[in-house]
Order: sequence, then C-alpha cells, then structure tokens
Amino acid sequence: MAHSKLGFNEKRQTFWGWILISPLCLGLTLWVAFPMGLSFFTSLTKWDMLSKAQFVGFKNYISIFTEDELFLKSIRNTLYFTFLSVPLQMITALAGALLLNSQVKGKRVFRTIFYLPSLIPLVVSSVMWLWLFNNQYGLINYFLHSFGINRIQWIDSKEMVIPSLTIMNVWNIGNVIIIFLAGLQGIPNDLMEAVDIDGGTYWHKFRYVMLPLLSPIILYNMIVNMIKCLQLFVEPYIMTNGGPVNSSLSFVLHIYNNAFKYGKMGTANAMAWVLFILTMGISLLIFKTSTLWTYYEGDK
Amino acid sequence: MMRSRKTSLTIIIYLLLSTGAISCLIPLVWLLRSSLMSTEDMFKLPLIIFPRNLRFQNYVEVFTMVPFAKFYLNTVIVVIANIVGALISNLMIAYGLTRIEFKGRKLMFSLSIGTLMLPAYVQLIPLFLEWNWFGQINTFLPLIVPAFFGNAFFIFMLCQFLRTIPRDFDEAAFMDGANYPLIIAKIIFPLAKPAMAVVAIFQFMFTWNDFMTPLLFLNDMEKYTLAIGIRTFISTYYTPWGVLMAAATLTILPLIVLFFSAQKYFISGLTLGGIKG
Repeated sequence: MAHSKLGFNEKRQTFWGWILISPLCLGLTLWVAFPMGLSFFTSLTKWDMLSKAQFVGFKNYISIFTEDELFLKSIRNTLYFTFLSVPLQMITALAGALLLNSQVKGKRVFRTIFYLPSLIPLVVSSVMWLWLFNNQYGLINYFLHSFGINRIQWIDSKEMVIPSLTIMNVWNIGNVIIIFLAGLQGIPNDLMEAVDIDGGTYWHKFRYVMLPLLSPIILYNMIVNMIKCLQLFVEPYIMTNGGPVNSSLSFVLHIYNNAFKYGKMGTANAMAWVLFILTMGISLLIFKTSTLWTYYEGDK
Repeated sequence: MMRSRKTSLTIIIYLLLSTGAISCLIPLVWLLRSSLMSTEDMFKLPLIIFPRNLRFQNYVEVFTMVPFAKFYLNTVIVVIANIVGALISNLMIAYGLTRIEFKGRKLMFSLSIGTLMLPAYVQLIPLFLEWNWFGQINTFLPLIVPAFFGNAFFIFMLCQFLRTIPRDFDEAAFMDGANYPLIIAKIIFPLAKPAMAVVAIFQFMFTWNDFMTPLLFLNDMEKYTLAIGIRTFISTYYTPWGVLMAAATLTILPLIVLFFSAQKYFISGLTLGGIKG
C-alpha cells in the first residue's frame, strides 16, 4: 500500500476524516440547516400547532410590521438595550483590564472577584437583582435614600427598566475583563519601552500601543456581546414579564410569547427571521466599519 | 515629588479596583444575607442590613416546598451527559479537522465557525417543532443529544490546541500499526487533557446555567432542572423571598466550588476562546 506522509493513503485519510467529523456534519444538518429550513417554511404559514398549517405566503412578514404594534416596540426596546449595554460593557471591561494590568499587588484576588459575577446563571442574577432593585426594600434604593437621594423606581418605571437591565448586564462583564487583560499581557514589552524612550506618557501607550493591538479582541467581543444582547430574554421573562407597559418587552420574549402563549407559530418564526437578518446586518456593519479602527499585525 | 505622585496614583488604582470588587461582591453578599432571613424580616423598614436571627430553616424549606432535590438530580444527570458528549464529539471533530488531510475539511471548519455567529433563538422554535415531531418533548433527550454533535466554540478551541501537538506523535504510532481511533484515545487524549478539562468545565457551566432549553422542552415539575426550578418559587400571590434566595444560593454553590477548584482552566478557556477571533 502506498503510504503518504502521514501513514495512511489518501483514500483512507479521506474516509477517516469524514468519519471523525461526521458528528459535525450530522449536527449541522440536524440542528442548524433542517431547523432553519423548517423555520422558514413555518414562517410562510398560519399555524397554531393544533390544526393543520395553512400556507399564507409572505403575509406574516407584512402583518408583523403593519398589524403588530408590539413587534416594533420590542425591536426598539431590544436595540435600546443593546446600544446602551455593549458600549458600557466594553468601556467597563477595558477599564477593569487596564487597572488589573497595572503594577499593583493582589491582582489575582481582584481578578478572581471581578470574574465571579460571570459565573452566576442569568436566572439567579435575575432573581437577585429583582430583589436589589426593589423599590422599598431593595439595597440600591436604601443606599440612595441614606445619601439623601430620592428613591428611583428601577424596574417598575417605563423609563428606567432598560437602564436597570443594562446595569445588571455590566455587572457580569468579568469574563471580558479577563480576555482583555490576557490581550494586554500579550503586548510585547519592547513596544511599551519604545514609548518610554520617546518620552511618551501612559496616554500615548494606551492610544498608540494598547488600543491598536487590542482592537481585534475588542471587535470580536463586541460582536459576541451584541449578539447576546439582541437575544435578551431571561431577565425580562423573570423580572418584569416585559412590563411595565411592555417597555421591557424584548424581541425574543415577544417571539416566545407568540409561539408558546398565543400559538402563532408562523408569526413567531417570521419574527425570528427578521431578527436574524437584523443581527447579521448589524454584525456586518460592525465588521465593515471595523477596518477603520482595528489593527492586525502584518497589515500596513 | 515624582515619588509622591506615584504613590497617589497607586492609591487611586487601589481605590478604583476596590470599588469594582465591592460592586461585584455586594449583590452576592446580599443574596446570602437574604437567604438567611425570614420573609417578614426582609420586608421591614428600616432595612435590617445584618440579620440577627438567622433563619437556616429557609434551606430546609427549599427542599420541602418543591422537589428541589429532584431538580438537582435532574441537572446533574443532564450536565454529566452533556460533558460526556462534548468530550467525545469535539475531540473527534477537532482531530479530523486538524490532523487529517482531506478535501472539504476547510469548508467544514468554516461552516462550524459560522454557527458561532448564528443567534440561538432562530433555531429555537424549529428545534422545538423538530423534537415535538420526534415525540421527545418533556424528556431529557433534547437537552442532551445535541451535545454529542460538537459545539463550534469547543471545536475552534480544540483545533487551536491540537495544532500545537507535533505530528510526529501520530506518525510514530502509525509505524507501530495504530489506527486513528487508537491514536486519538491513546496519544492525543492524554496530551489534550488540559484542553479537555476546559471543555468539561465550560460545558458544565453552559448546561448548568441554561434556561431556555429546559424551559421549552420540560413540562412536568418532576423533570425540571435547577435553572427553571427556581422559577417555581416566584408567584404573583406569594413569593417566599427568603426561601427563593436560599434556592438561588444553592444553585450557584456548585459553580463557585468548581471555579475555585479549577480556576486556571477557567482563565485558559476564556483566553483561548476569546482572543483568537
């Protein structure tokens, strides 16, 4: 038998290659391609899962924009949450990482503490913050009150409910802090020293060395977190059920309600596709504009 | 002059770090504090910051009010099955993608990475329809089976790791007449143990924390996992807040223990997965 460099001949390599990655192929078919196809097909029907599905064409896609006021509201709420959360998360994480990267003792302890909130399951942090945000008996209003500041109606008011969820979201940003920190620690020392030799300040180091070298990592985490934020579900589901007056009704919560509460499978799937396109669009936009502000080694 | 400026800078850094640390910890401390209070004490003004009468009874009531022990057991079963599935499938796939030359592997790698960008909810309803079609709603299968088909995040991470192992190892084994499954089991797996530990830990976290999947697929309280089990304490009429907080504490306890006993794997997992975009 003719042996290739790796021991087996080409045929056997191909055979074993496909055998070994067969779970991936099957998985992509069973849990990605097929569901998405099914979803698209269902989105063209009127179906409550009990009676037979009726084909209605693209009617669902039109009616969610024209007949369902809550749909547009849920988009607005979700975008508001996302565009409030993601920049705050990135800035907080960057600040945390810069602090941890400085020459201080006890860094490991701080790093551990910063990471802890990321461990907490969303459902637990929802329950926990529900209690912290409580109007009368919550800790946060207790603090404000003892400093003589008026109590804020956190999740009970239309204006504050999304900012409240954002605060929660920024609280568990520890994993990103650690990722940014590892990036900062990977920056070669001679680059930093070069700034020192040129008489540069910390700002110069940050602006011209750290930020450019960190930019691909920031981009990646920004997109991952944006996709997460657009999927906001557990917090409003547990804490507010979309209220007050639907001001925390998120996109996914609205989809969930349509599918499993109102029995409108077709409508729900049409919404999921709109959200999918929206997510892809925003990701693409960030990618396209990212060439302006990200730096890859080897690029000019 | 220079020196005092440096000292004050250090003080500011410590102040900021401490503020951050306190903000991270206070909610958790408040959770623990509330879990040891009677609901009446929690609803007293002025607020009782440090409760005098600790009510450990809450931790007993967690188990008597709802089948919380069953939730625990269910979660452990689902988590273990998911870890087994993740370990086997992802190592196989990553090996195939990195250490065997065949046409189509680059495409499959890209397709796999592409799923990282897919928002999970797009598949959610159709997945429900699919499992409904298989007649497996209200069983653990929809929570377990997908783990046996690999996960893009782990595949990517393991591929990165496997590329660092010299191919000579595989070749030497071929000389001795070994085949691919044998090489994976006897040579690659032992070498990849640190990476496998990361996979196991993160799969533990994903599954333990997952809310949406059990919410969709499980109907009977007897089958609930912890994540959706907690919800059963919340009611519009009467929520036993102290007991709820105790249940929440019990839910995160294993995560905290796991974190402190395997911290280095958490850090390496995060940096492996998060840096190389």
